[in-house]
Amino acid sequence: MLPAARATLMAAMDAGWADPRRLYAEGRQARALLDQAREVLAGGLGVRPAEVSFLPGGPAALRAGLEGLQYAGRRRGARMVATAVEHSAILTTGRYHAAQAEEPSLFAEVSVDRLGRVDLSALEQAIAVPGTVMAAVQSANGEIGTRQPLEQAHALCRTYGVPLLVDAMSSLGHDAAPTHFDVLAGDARSWGGPAGLGVLVVPERTRWRRPGPVSEIEHGRTDVEPVVAIALAAAEAWPQTQSTRVDQAARSSAIVRRLRTAVGDLRDVDVVGDAHDRLPHVLTFSLLYVDGEALLTELDRRGFAVGSGSACTSSTLEPSHVLAAMGVLTHGNIRITLPLPMIAPNLDEDIDRFIAELPAAVAAVRAHLGATDL
Amino acid sequence: MKQIQVDARGLHCPMPVIRLAAAARDAPAGTRIIVLATDPAARYDVPAWCRMRDHELREMTEVPDSSGTATATAEGAHPAYLRFVVVVRPQRSKAAGAGSGSARSSRAT
Repeated sequence: MLPAARATLMAAMDAGWADPRRLYAEGRQARALLDQAREVLAGGLGVRPAEVSFLPGGPAALRAGLEGLQYAGRRRGARMVATAVEHSAILTTGRYHAAQAEEPSLFAEVSVDRLGRVDLSALEQAIAVPGTVMAAVQSANGEIGTRQPLEQAHALCRTYGVPLLVDAMSSLGHDAAPTHFDVLAGDARSWGGPAGLGVLVVPERTRWRRPGPVSEIEHGRTDVEPVVAIALAAAEAWPQTQSTRVDQAARSSAIVRRLRTAVGDLRDVDVVGDAHDRLPHVLTFSLLYVDGEALLTELDRRGFAVGSGSACTSSTLEPSHVLAAMGVLTHGNIRITLPLPMIAPNLDEDIDRFIAELPAAVAAVRAHLGATDL
Repeated sequence: MKQIQVDARGLHCPMPVIRLAAAARDAPAGTRIIVLATDPAARYDVPAWCRMRDHELREMTEVPDSSGTATATAEGAHPAYLRFVVVVRPQRSKAAGAGSGSARSSRAT
């Protein structure tokens, strides 16, 4: 979280504690603050304030986006389409929906190529099936960085009259806000805001309706009252992140390019995702003959916190669905997500040290597995 | 034609691929390696290894659960597993035809 967002959060806890629905002075103040936060974020996203709702977290907003499109389209059908690399909030909901109905065709997962980019002709085939009520395509994948062709996907969706749900949880704050969508979901963490704030954008033109009883909260798009202080902090972070976004993205891209070169020099490595059309701050690679968990531990010992999509680092022992869908190596997987440079002023030195220490860490893990000369 | 079997059932990633790579390292080009694995990651990692190291993945089949049945397969009774047929560095010598049986965890010439 940005320092200014943290300061706002603390101050807003005092000013915006009251229930915004109440009519006493503190309640009115909380309402005014919430509306102010909504205006800032709507302006940033290029939409109207009434089209923006605050939900408790990005995945909640994403799931609500899906459910509202599905419910609004219930007289046309019940089939949903998503790329195979979508967030699990989409995939698990869609699979559950199909399983409950005992009709596998009610949820179609569209394949991606080796770089993780959706196959547009497969997407077209999937949405052309009558009874399709929505398609979900992310702006970019937070695990591998690859951006999706939203403009083309949206054009296809319009041709077939299928609304497009865009998950921008990984890209807001790093890339320009998407403009090609019928419903958009985001998470304040991606632009340096606090955890616990999801943004759901439902433009007036979109047919969307929340299943369940009518709610008066957040334009009827949730039944959970937003925490005013969290929304304010998210709104505080947005303009700060945006004002430096282009510079920060260039700096992150330069660091990722250095890392790509250094990692590419290692033996038996699969650097994952598109090399150019990608999020600026994410780098993912898989190393042959390396146990992802052991390498994570080895790097942690040296003071580096990185992620992994390898099976041995997950509770289910299943590898990342994103890596699996791409057909890339899933073991020995390491994911580096750079913090916003303004949050991490010493990033360049940290990266220097990472580049210097990674080969030894990899060699240590390979030696432990008896895989030095394979 | 040489044929090797690597039984990696019960091993977790990355061990199935490490066993496979160790077998391939010492094998002449064109050798067929049969890999048996229960690890879910093997489904993705054996094909990826073949691509990265220029080996050929000729087959991948799912062998259903045979534990609890009287008729075990030639490869032994076991919960469901994956069976891969890999051809080592096929550009130098194309292996042709199907192998006749396999020797468990040892090399057959």
